[in-house]
Amino acid sequence: MQVKMNVNGQAFDADITPRLNLADCIRHEMHLTGTHVACEHGVCGSCTVLVNGEAVRSCLMLAVQANGQSIVTVEGLSSDEELSALQASFRKHNALQCGFCTPGFITTAHALLTKEPNCDENRVREVLSGNLCRCTGYVPIVQAVLDARVAYQKVGAH
Amino acid sequence: MGSHHQIGQYQVRLTHSNQFMKSTDFNYISPHTIKDALQILDQTEGEVKIISGGQSLMPILNYRLASPQLLMDLQGIPGLNQVNISASGTTLGARVRWVDIEAHTKLREAQPLLCAAIDHVAHYQIRNRGTVGGSLAHADPAAEMPGLAVALEGVIHLVGPKGTRRVDAHDFFLGQLSTCIASNEILMSIELPFWPKYRAWGFSEFSRRKGDFAMAGAAVWFDLDKSGAASNVHIGLIGTGEKPMRLVAAEAKLSGQRLTGHMVQDVAQECLGRMSFQSDIQASEKYRRALMVEMISKAFAQALQPLKD
Repeated sequence: MQVKMNVNGQAFDADITPRLNLADCIRHEMHLTGTHVACEHGVCGSCTVLVNGEAVRSCLMLAVQANGQSIVTVEGLSSDEELSALQASFRKHNALQCGFCTPGFITTAHALLTKEPNCDENRVREVLSGNLCRCTGYVPIVQAVLDARVAYQKVGAH
Repeated sequence: MGSHHQIGQYQVRLTHSNQFMKSTDFNYISPHTIKDALQILDQTEGEVKIISGGQSLMPILNYRLASPQLLMDLQGIPGLNQVNISASGTTLGARVRWVDIEAHTKLREAQPLLCAAIDHVAHYQIRNRGTVGGSLAHADPAAEMPGLAVALEGVIHLVGPKGTRRVDAHDFFLGQLSTCIASNEILMSIELPFWPKYRAWGFSEFSRRKGDFAMAGAAVWFDLDKSGAASNVHIGLIGTGEKPMRLVAAEAKLSGQRLTGHMVQDVAQECLGRMSFQSDIQASEKYRRALMVEMISKAFAQALQPLKD
């Protein structure tokens, strides 16, 4: 099936098979390997991307369902030159070790802070509860997201 | 290699050699009107699955618990995401998402018990795509929406080639992952009866991680007369049994009573004592039964709390 979508601000156009999920489409067709695939059944949150600004699990969406829509992956959240506010905050707080889950946390946290820049720790914990990390124990991740709020409060963008 | 068996409407293939994590091949179609969608259902040979948010269906496809020839998407059909609140009740369209319910302030006034329960559905990302109709059609007895449909005496609207059909939620669910939707019908909406402002209600559920499926959950509501006696007592159970159910025996015992915490706990214990509960790697039958007693007690405590103030 022919699909067209906007990915990180660029047009993407391809002929894909309907059973291809969005995560695999992003990795294998768009060659954007920042989106990580782990559980493939909607439990771990590592494949989270933004569809029309909303955080979704790309393993639970077909690529054909994203036809005509706007996708942002973790690659679209920072420039090559410098770290985004969330990235810098994750670095500062040691909020990653192996880093496998990090793109999912960054995209989820970005969606949250864009919509709710004044969210409290309970809300951050509630939202991040859908993402699994096996290294950090979550405390530094929560701290990093809370610390990054100020960047979103000021400009309403990363 | 492997074996086949049926779970609800799904044919489950167990293979000895590997676990599938990619769906089988299928065709995809996204009609723009209900009329077109019904025609597709009517005229397509082979298995067609309807996809709404896909948050339950996608894992099933990925695990190959279902392998339809055609997937028909409802996302291109306008009007299915409406919430209508009137003097006769509330209607939720099939494509209303959990995040839509969360954000709808008038709905929280019109259907407070529903909204309290839906707050527990799934995680952030899933709430952006999961839908009311998808959850009802999937019919997982551990999910909140089917449980609430039964507890609130909802009526499900189905449309087929001969027109619409209204089915009480009580009759809609046939078993685990099984409903009375015919292969040529589409779930359009659910209608919930009008909710009076003075009605007492409570909701409580337990899961290891918020947003995970409930190990036990209870949705309760009742009306109080001038003497303080409860009538119209409803107790919906989530996370037990083959299909969403009400604890009818306990409802009967508690109706007409001036409810107290001890009374509710005793009745719940007695009625649940006769029921069997699942025993698995997560929890024993005894644990699950005790947990359900606790959830019912907590839900009633919440319902009775405003009356003390």
